[in-house]
Amino acid sequence: MKIVIIKYNAGNVYSVSSALKRLGYDAVITSDLEEIKSADKIIFPGVGEASSAMEYLRETKLDKMFPELEQPFLGVCLGLQLLCNYSEEGNTECLSIFSENVKRFPPKDKVPHMGWNSLKFSNSKLFTNIPNESFVYFVHSYYAEVSEYTIAETNYILPFSSALQKDNFYALQFHPEKSGTIGEQILKNFIELC
Amino acid sequence: MLTKRIIPCLDIKDGKTVKGINFVDLRDAGDPVELGVQYAKLGADELVFLDITATVERRKTLAELVKRIALNINIPFTVGGGITEVDGVNELLGSGADKITVNSSAVNNPDLIDKIANRFGSQCVVLSVDTKLVNGVQKIFTSGGRIETDWELLPWVTEAVERGVGEILLTSMDHDGTKNGFALGITKQLSELLPVPVVASGGAGNMEHFVDVFTKGKADAALAASIFHFGEIEIPELKKYLDNKNIKVRL
Repeated sequence: MKIVIIKYNAGNVYSVSSALKRLGYDAVITSDLEEIKSADKIIFPGVGEASSAMEYLRETKLDKMFPELEQPFLGVCLGLQLLCNYSEEGNTECLSIFSENVKRFPPKDKVPHMGWNSLKFSNSKLFTNIPNESFVYFVHSYYAEVSEYTIAETNYILPFSSALQKDNFYALQFHPEKSGTIGEQILKNFIELC
Repeated sequence: MLTKRIIPCLDIKDGKTVKGINFVDLRDAGDPVELGVQYAKLGADELVFLDITATVERRKTLAELVKRIALNINIPFTVGGGITEVDGVNELLGSGADKITVNSSAVNNPDLIDKIANRFGSQCVVLSVDTKLVNGVQKIFTSGGRIETDWELLPWVTEAVERGVGEILLTSMDHDGTKNGFALGITKQLSELLPVPVVASGGAGNMEHFVDVFTKGKADAALAASIFHFGEIEIPELKKYLDNKNIKVRL
C-alpha cells in the first residue's frame, strides 16, 4: 500500500509520518502531483495559516487536483479547514469540497481551543473500535460549522465539526498523530478500513 | 468539555533527564525518551522537555533528541531552553515538537515573540515565566532564575500575549521545590486576566495541591517534575482523584 503525506508549507509532516511508523507504515512525503495521484491513501496535514497555505496550493496546482482525486483522502487540522468553502482566517477562498465555512471562535473563552476534548461521533469507518466520547487533542482558533457532512461534533464555546466526511474525503479538526492510542486507532482505521 | 491537563516536565542536560531543586542542584533521573513514553502510557496529557542549562551555555537544543521523542511519543510535547532565533524554532517544529517555549531570550529581545508567532502561529509559542516576590513586587527572572530583571509579572505577560504568545507557563520560584503547593494567587490572576491558557508550575507536593490549582487557581494545566519522576504521585491515581473532585480530566 502506498501512503502519501502531502508536503506543503504548513505541515507537521514529521509527526504524522512518525505516527504511521509506530503503526508499521512507511509513508512517502511529497508534493509531486504524479506521486500523489498514484497513492492508495492520501494524508493532508497542516499547522499554519489558511491564506498562505491556499496560496501555496494554487501555485503548485494542488488546488485543482484535490477535487479530482478518488482515493481515500484525510485532511487534518488546517487540512480540514482548507477542504471547506471559505475561511475567515486571512479572508480565504478554500477548496469547497465541504460546503461549510470556517469561522474564528468568539472570544467567550480562551482561544486557541487547546487540549483534550471529547468526540461525539456518528457511524463512520474512521471510528471503528473507538468508544464514543473518546478524548482527542485539539489546537485551533478557527472551526468548521456543523453541517450535513459532520461525522463528529465537539463542544467548545459552541458545537463545531470535529470530523467531516463526503465521499472519499475525510477530515479531522483534532490531531490523531498526537491523540494517544485513540488517535493511532483512527489513523489505522483510515488506512485499513476506508 | 475541555479537560484540565496534567503535564510532567522533563529537565534535560546533555541528553539526560535531571531534576532541579530551586534550579541549582541536579540529580539524574534517566533517559528522556523512555520517561516520556512511560508518561504517555500512564495518561499524561502533554510533556514539556526543558534544556535547562541551554540558556546559560548558549547552545541549541538538539533537534535529534526532539526527532527521537516525536518518533516514540503519541501525545503533544513542548521543547524549550536557549531558543534565541526563528531558524532554531523551525528546526524544532520540523523535528516534531508541537510547541516551543521562550523565556530569557524573549525578555532580552521581545521582538522574537512577534517573529515566531507571525511565522508559525501563536498556538506553538509558550512563554515560560520565572517569577519571585522581591520586596513585595512580583519580579521576572531570567537565565534559569539567576538574573533579576526590571520587569514585573503582569506588565510582562500582558505585553508578551499582545506580541503573540499563545500560552503561559508560570513558575513561581518561591514555591518551586517546596512541595507546599502551587502559587494560587498569581495563577488565578493571570488565568482571569489573559485570553490564553495558563500552565501552573512549581510547588506540587500532594494531590490536593492539584485540586487547589484547578479550582482556586483557575489553571488550565498543571506541571510538575520530581513528584512524578520519583513516583511520589502516580498520574493515574492523580487523575482519578481529580475526577472524584469533579474536575474534568481525560481518563
